[in-house]
Amino acid sequence: MNIISALFSNSGGIHPDDAKKTTAALPSVVAPIPPLLAVSLAQHLGAPSKTLVKKGDTVLRGQPIADSAGFVSARVHAPTSGKIVSVGLRMTASGRTAPVIEIESDGQDQPFTTEPPAGDWTTLPPRELIERIHQAGIIGMGGAGFPTQVKLSPPPGKTIQTLILNGAECEPFLTADHRLMVEQAEAIIAGIRVLQHIFKDARVRIAVEDNKPDALAALAQAADILTGDVQMVRLRTAYPQGAEKQLIYSITGREVPSGGLPMDVQTLVENVATVQAIGDAVIRGFPLIERVLTVTGPAITQPRNIRARIGTPFSDLIAFCGGPRGPIGRLICGGPLMGIAQSGLAGAVTKTTSGLLVLPPEREAPFSSMPCISCGRCVDACPIRLLPCTLSETSEAEQDTAAEDLKVMDCIECGCCAYVCPARRPLVQHMRRAKARVQILRKQREAQKKKQPV
Amino acid sequence: MNMPPASEWLINSSPHVRANDSVSRIMGRVLIALIPALGAAVWFFGWNALRLTLACTVTCVLAEWASRTLMKRDRGINDLSAAVTGVLLALNLPPQLPTWMAVLGSLVAIVIAKQLYGGIGYNLFNPALIGRTFLLVSFPVAMTTWMAPSVFPWADAITTATPLGIWKTALNATQHAPPDFFQQFSVSDLLTGNRPGCLGETCSLGLLLGAAYLLITRCITWHIPFSMLFTIALGATILYKMDPTQNLPPHYQLLTGGVLLGAFFMATDMVTTPVTRPGMILFGIGCGLITLVIRKWGGYPEGVSFSILIMNSLTPLINRLARSRVFGHAPQSKPA
Ligand code: SF4
Ligand code: SF4
Repeated sequence: MNIISALFSNSGGIHPDDAKKTTAALPSVVAPIPPLLAVSLAQHLGAPSKTLVKKGDTVLRGQPIADSAGFVSARVHAPTSGKIVSVGLRMTASGRTAPVIEIESDGQDQPFTTEPPAGDWTTLPPRELIERIHQAGIIGMGGAGFPTQVKLSPPPGKTIQTLILNGAECEPFLTADHRLMVEQAEAIIAGIRVLQHIFKDARVRIAVEDNKPDALAALAQAADILTGDVQMVRLRTAYPQGAEKQLIYSITGREVPSGGLPMDVQTLVENVATVQAIGDAVIRGFPLIERVLTVTGPAITQPRNIRARIGTPFSDLIAFCGGPRGPIGRLICGGPLMGIAQSGLAGAVTKTTSGLLVLPPEREAPFSSMPCISCGRCVDACPIRLLPCTLSETSEAEQDTAAEDLKVMDCIECGCCAYVCPARRPLVQHMRRAKARVQILRKQREAQKKKQPV
Repeated sequence: MNMPPASEWLINSSPHVRANDSVSRIMGRVLIALIPALGAAVWFFGWNALRLTLACTVTCVLAEWASRTLMKRDRGINDLSAAVTGVLLALNLPPQLPTWMAVLGSLVAIVIAKQLYGGIGYNLFNPALIGRTFLLVSFPVAMTTWMAPSVFPWADAITTATPLGIWKTALNATQHAPPDFFQQFSVSDLLTGNRPGCLGETCSLGLLLGAAYLLITRCITWHIPFSMLFTIALGATILYKMDPTQNLPPHYQLLTGGVLLGAFFMATDMVTTPVTRPGMILFGIGCGLITLVIRKWGGYPEGVSFSILIMNSLTPLINRLARSRVFGHAPQSKPA
């Protein structure tokens, strides 16, 4: 399949040192199953899953241990066989406490089912394919963690004309999706076939940044078996090229309306890892219990791409990579621009963990309280075309209506503004604060409206 | 495995990386970019150039430090912005200006135009230009007495007038362009800086070299200087085509007075200019138009400083009006 370049270019964005060279060429290795796994029940967006097991139960690999607790929720499976040692609240990699099931591995890794699903999946109606995806506990693995079965079931009246496969992986340091595309191109393409069965008339666009020519080539070759309107798209390397709205614009030239969803522009975006999981679930009956992630950064001895079971504690991953090299200053779950700083090693791999970044201590403070010098760099960098400098000042002054008028709610918290600010102002923190305050303001307004009879 | 204590880890919200730049680095690059112009000033105007640069820079830095201390502001002078103001002010002064006037101008620039507004980031007007304008209004004679350039070992100062001054005086007196004007000031003299004028404005090549450095290191963008220069070139061409006997040709408009110094070093001061790209272009066009109007119809032969100051005062308004459409919003969404 030939490869075309993206037709539209986004405004804003940054070009940080991508730091991917360290791990881009390293084949992913399978991490050993740890003795103790901590599986969070709040890996996805929406209501935490409700547990199906209790302390002392024995479970098998792939056995459901928690079920969806509502429409927007997801199922969770045992990543390996063993015994449930605890079910309770604890700190997770997201920085929040959530219900977590701890499993002591029995070292056998015995499967729950061995039979592949019966019958020819291509004859099943979309509804049943989506149900298999739901059963497999698949959520958006690119970071947002939105339950996939919900995304695949647009409400009546909404159609999907374009299916975009997101292989941009624009965050620096991370190469997990990159390796997956190189090593598992066929499995990803199989997932696309499933999606093509669900959305019969949709055109398919497989989008990869041009800093991953080997991934482009591998997918292009594997994609030859696809029928219908399918195209490989080469994206200009930039951050945040892989952000959903930016990606849709690059490919279709359409902007998702403010406050809207991709389906409002008849588009569906799925991350490559998610698509692979979809294929595995529908065709082979595998639940989502492992993923590829990158453990990297200047302060880790042996950076690696790792295929790890969900629930693998971060401490085991770091040990698997030879331990820290010199002192650790920061441990980030995810990429350097949107990842979450960890307060310890208590976290464990979830379905959305794309990487673990081990950084040495820094001499300079990351942010300062210097005044803005109005250089305009944040304005140039903002992919949403906001005025981060002005918003940061309205946020400091708690001018919430001004922030709302300046469309602070459209901020995607990508971090481009803070990345470029020479005054090192904590711009994203200011945005988050302003967004929270505007949300409160809106709630108050609504309460007011309800009180007043019309 | 020796795991270091997590209690010493840095926990902040994203982003966790940052471009390697800072305010002091930007200011440092502006100082570097001014070296060629400063060198030319010393070459053509001798010790006066060093004397005034030293006086202005030292005064500005001391004044910055003193005001910050008095106002109990914690941040010091290490952002180099006071030094930039000092050098820029010196480069905007005539060579033989008495030292005490330069010191006074520097005090006005830093204390009144900058620190009383709240310090870096809060000032409305370009401090160096306020300093210069204060001196021009207070000491009109000293500020419009010029000396002819000479090279090492620098002969005694011969008082003369600037090209734009000669042009305007002749036009006002005789309604005719001064005779021999284009022989007296050749294009090559305007490029090298061998002409009377403010210390730093005469050497066009040196200024362009510094400008190129600022553009390459991305300390400035093309928007303001190029729209300003383009406006002046366009307006000058129209005027010149209408009446070549009464108007300077466009390249003389661009190479005389403080156009290059203003466009690349004063109109690009970040604090006092718009933040959006369309705003920057508007700002540049405004500076160009006002410069032309003052030169053609105003009482002063030169209008760059005033044009920039006037546009400085419009910057908050421009920032409000010249906004880009926010992603995902309809074009007609009204400005707040
Ligand atoms: S974090 Fe928000 S304001 Fe900053 S660049 Fe991203 S979208 Fe714009
Ligand atoms: S990048 Fe920083 S200093 Fe520059 S305009 Fe934005 S907030 Fe101000």
